[in-house]
Amino acid sequence: MLELKHVSFEVNDETSQKEIIHDISVVIPDERFVVITGPNGGGKSTLARLIAGIEKPTEGQILLDGEDITQMSITERAKAGISFAFQQPVRFKGIQVLDLIRIASGKRLSPADACQYLSEVGLCARDYINREVNASLSGGELKRIEIATVLARGTKLSVFDEPEAGIDLWSFQNLIEVFERMQKKIHKSSIMVISHQERILNIADEIIVLANGQIREQGSREDILPGLLGTPSAVNACQKLQGGN
Amino acid sequence: MAEFKKLDEIQKRILMEVADLHKVPEGAYNIRSNGVSAMRATTANIDIISKPDGSGIDIKIKPGTKNESVHIPVVLSQSGLKEVVYNDFYVGDDCDVIIVAGCGIDNCGNQDSQHDGIHRFFVGKNARVKYVEKHYGSGDGQGKRILNPVTEAYMDENSHMEMEMVQIKGVDNTDRQTKAELAAGASLIVRERLMTHGDQVANSGYRVYLNGEGATADVVSRSVARDTSSQKFDARITGNAPCSGHMECDSIIMDQGKILAVPSLEANDLDAALIHEAAIGKIAGDQLIKLMTLGLTEAEAEEQIINGFLK
Repeated sequence: MLELKHVSFEVNDETSQKEIIHDISVVIPDERFVVITGPNGGGKSTLARLIAGIEKPTEGQILLDGEDITQMSITERAKAGISFAFQQPVRFKGIQVLDLIRIASGKRLSPADACQYLSEVGLCARDYINREVNASLSGGELKRIEIATVLARGTKLSVFDEPEAGIDLWSFQNLIEVFERMQKKIHKSSIMVISHQERILNIADEIIVLANGQIREQGSREDILPGLLGTPSAVNACQKLQGGN
Repeated sequence: MAEFKKLDEIQKRILMEVADLHKVPEGAYNIRSNGVSAMRATTANIDIISKPDGSGIDIKIKPGTKNESVHIPVVLSQSGLKEVVYNDFYVGDDCDVIIVAGCGIDNCGNQDSQHDGIHRFFVGKNARVKYVEKHYGSGDGQGKRILNPVTEAYMDENSHMEMEMVQIKGVDNTDRQTKAELAAGASLIVRERLMTHGDQVANSGYRVYLNGEGATADVVSRSVARDTSSQKFDARITGNAPCSGHMECDSIIMDQGKILAVPSLEANDLDAALIHEAAIGKIAGDQLIKLMTLGLTEAEAEEQIINGFLK
């Protein structure tokens, strides 16, 4: 269970202080699939980064299974059971896909075992396992490798920042199945996804709408989704292709 | 194997590579240890002859020799030894061979140890050569470990040479100069990996002359400067004919490391197509963050990034 208590986050620019997250309190119980949506610039990615420890809150507390992790480093939080899939995956010269999956799993996996994680995200493992995680991979390929690293970690809480972006050749349905299998496999695990996509919102247990750094709405899918349909917070895939954001 | 535990990932990898090299001297070899030739083997196609004045060896490879290798490792473990060695390789037409020249200095004493190896390659028409050169230093004495290799390649028509130059750890001072002259249709590939630490100083210079039509060169250097070490990379490709050349130097600086990269191009023919790229920077913050979200500490993440970069 992840708990945020009165979490705020401010950044200082040259002239003033800007509050990105304002007094957010939220509980993500075990075995939940939570989708965070809301307008761009509303603080969604910052919230994810605060949970992963990449940013530290200026006020408030973050607890994981009752333990205060507010002051923990990124590494400590990773070890405590939090995984984070970046919106824009990082490239590395010389590091191979196999290396990255091994680091993620914390074990010296055999290439065959590592391949399973790639197959899960629809990549023909044989073609990718020895590739470098560099500019030769497309954005969509990197995105799926990013998801595979989170799968290889198998932690209790996994946070995905817009996992669907750029994976158009691979269907949403496959991504959704990945999430479902993940939750089944890892006992009492929860998944938190930042997304605007209706199809992902459709499988949420719970939806949180974040705007201007605050929670505008929060509740079950049945309560929240009808009000979002047709707005930029719940985009239909076809609509997006037609250019209607 | 108590010492082995103290090594980091990079050292282990290099040690593994150097040990492999000493373990399998199949084919022809000459092992030079503390200034003298310790072991030698020749084959029907590859002869190794000491120069009459004792200054080095001539390696003669018969035309048409295929899938054979020559190993000429050098080991210096005696503190204070300084030597200059001339090794000349005559690679006949149509050969396809691997030449491995590793040098390791272990200096536990207080005097400087120095090995200056001058390697000249005369590569015949249509011959293919893979040349691997690995340098390694160890020992905790005050004496410096100094390696100043000079490599010269004279490549005849349509010959191909691939050079892999690696110097990762323990060499205090190095001034390496590489020169290549390519005739028509010849191609040269260079892959250099260099890491300096402590207060080491490394200079690496390349002069590549593309003298014949269709000659090509691809020189890629990747280096890391840690602690207070400094490096200078000074490379030039000269196009004297319709040819193509590419040069890339990509460096990571850490701590108070310093790097000066001077890539240069010279075109003396209208159809010489030459390109260079150079980049120096610290490890990107998001790379560290990504690996830390996978459970590595910052130091472990750095190690992985460097290890991959120099692979």
